[in-house]
Amino acid sequence: MASIGWQVATVSALRDETERARTISLLLPSWTSHRPGQHVDIRLTAEDGYQAQRSYSIASAPADEPLIDLTVERVREGEVSPFLHDELVVGDRFEVRGPIGGYFVWDAAAADPLLLIAGGSGVVPLMAIVRHRAQVGTGVPCTLLYSSREAADIIYADELERLGARADGLRVIHTLTRRQPPAWSGYARRIDMKMLGEVLEGTGRMVNVFVCGPTALVELTADALVGLGLPASQVRTERFGPSGG
Amino acid sequence: MNEEQTTDYEVADPQTLDGNAAAGMLFEIFGAEMTLSSARCAHCGNRAPMGTLRVYCVGGPGMVMRCSVCAEMVMRVMRRPDGSFLVDTRGAAYVRF
Amino acid sequence: MTDRLVTRGFVGRRETAQRGQRLPPGQYLTNDFPVLSAGPTPHTPLSEWTLSIDGLVAEPVSWTWDEFQALPSREFVVDISCVTKWTKLDMRWQAVSVDTLLEHVELDRRAAFVIAWSDGGYTTNLPIADIVNNQAFVAFGYDGDSLAPEHGGPARLVVPHLYFWKSAKWLRGLRVVEKDQPGFWESFGYHNRGDPWLEERYSGD
Repeated sequence: MASIGWQVATVSALRDETERARTISLLLPSWTSHRPGQHVDIRLTAEDGYQAQRSYSIASAPADEPLIDLTVERVREGEVSPFLHDELVVGDRFEVRGPIGGYFVWDAAAADPLLLIAGGSGVVPLMAIVRHRAQVGTGVPCTLLYSSREAADIIYADELERLGARADGLRVIHTLTRRQPPAWSGYARRIDMKMLGEVLEGTGRMVNVFVCGPTALVELTADALVGLGLPASQVRTERFGPSGG
Repeated sequence: MNEEQTTDYEVADPQTLDGNAAAGMLFEIFGAEMTLSSARCAHCGNRAPMGTLRVYCVGGPGMVMRCSVCAEMVMRVMRRPDGSFLVDTRGAAYVRF
Repeated sequence: MTDRLVTRGFVGRRETAQRGQRLPPGQYLTNDFPVLSAGPTPHTPLSEWTLSIDGLVAEPVSWTWDEFQALPSREFVVDISCVTKWTKLDMRWQAVSVDTLLEHVELDRRAAFVIAWSDGGYTTNLPIADIVNNQAFVAFGYDGDSLAPEHGGPARLVVPHLYFWKSAKWLRGLRVVEKDQPGFWESFGYHNRGDPWLEERYSGD
């Protein structure tokens, strides 16, 4: 079992994904490769010793190098995410511990098709699964149903389009709840039972489901899937929310 | 916290998180990754991975973990200012790890 | 030592402008109204809701929602501090003073504490001296609206001079007792009284 001690990470790259979401690449001195779905805790320390701690999902696929990507959504009036968005520069250092979590984790050796359901920045741990799946070249069919407010809010939009076009069994389905671009062919409403029923027609019922997003999305999705006849044990959830930003 | 809504889903119970959110603290307490470990609810008998517990008061000194079936408290954890923990496991028939 | 590492440029969300005057030590100012609950939000229909005072009183009293609404109420504008370190200034509540509620009962001379109890099983303990003389009220409105369920609606206790965990959400009753009985958090390492100006966050043991 990996140690859970704190280590000092160095920011090696920064990339804005959308207006509100930023990816932070971290170099770690001693890293045990993570599993897709896991998160890390980060701890920031001010000059006077004041500390703030948060958990963030890992966005990158497991790699041989001690390098991970976190994608952080800016929270208005938050304490940590505005700092990570506005202040952080390459070369800065802060403490990290992890990888953490064994429940919301995908094992690439699993044969069951995947259904990933994301709301907003809940796509982050699911992207680690999508990327890992592409990397290991497993033929396991995978459907990502991703709910965003509008097109500009879609995190990893280009990469998802590229991966979806590889015709290796990845299907990316977007729903835009607030505003849709002209000639939009995807869904244009919140995720509901009818939408999930349609998505399940494409995947079959023997799916491993991972749901990540705000509590309301997770609850309605998990309830609807069970209502559609999926065993609750096939549905793994991760609610994100009141981490204090 | 009362965050800006960044998705169009109403927050029914904004404080609820999954057991994953407690994974770091549980690791500190038990010295092992615990979200896959089973806990049996002493109230309704439901046995489930600790990752399925509902976690409340993340960010407070004390954190409450509740059964996902009956909502009774399975475990309660508090980090003391000296770094030690108080762990109340009266709501767990057992934890297997 | 990794615990000596300072993150360049990180100061944290700590307001210093009003520190010492209205901001208790260790707190930061927020404009949000953060939500912290120890359990799921209960949904008791107003038709089944009552508020009671029992225990060491000559005659227990209980109000239905309509009866409670008919009690004299007024606006209270107070600063609130939460043990999670936020402080919010000038919060406007519509509420019935605990003094008004206590006018309806005759306290036994042994009465020294109340146990506030709530839907969902939450409890918190308070010396009677901390809830009389307009120091505490039962709020059913906030900022011109009815009190939202996640903030403790239909009605919550508010004791602004103590940390916010003393302000029991979803309040259903006050039980008057002779001997102090630590509540949900007080029996689990939180300070028994919780004065933010004294930073009474944790119990001594």
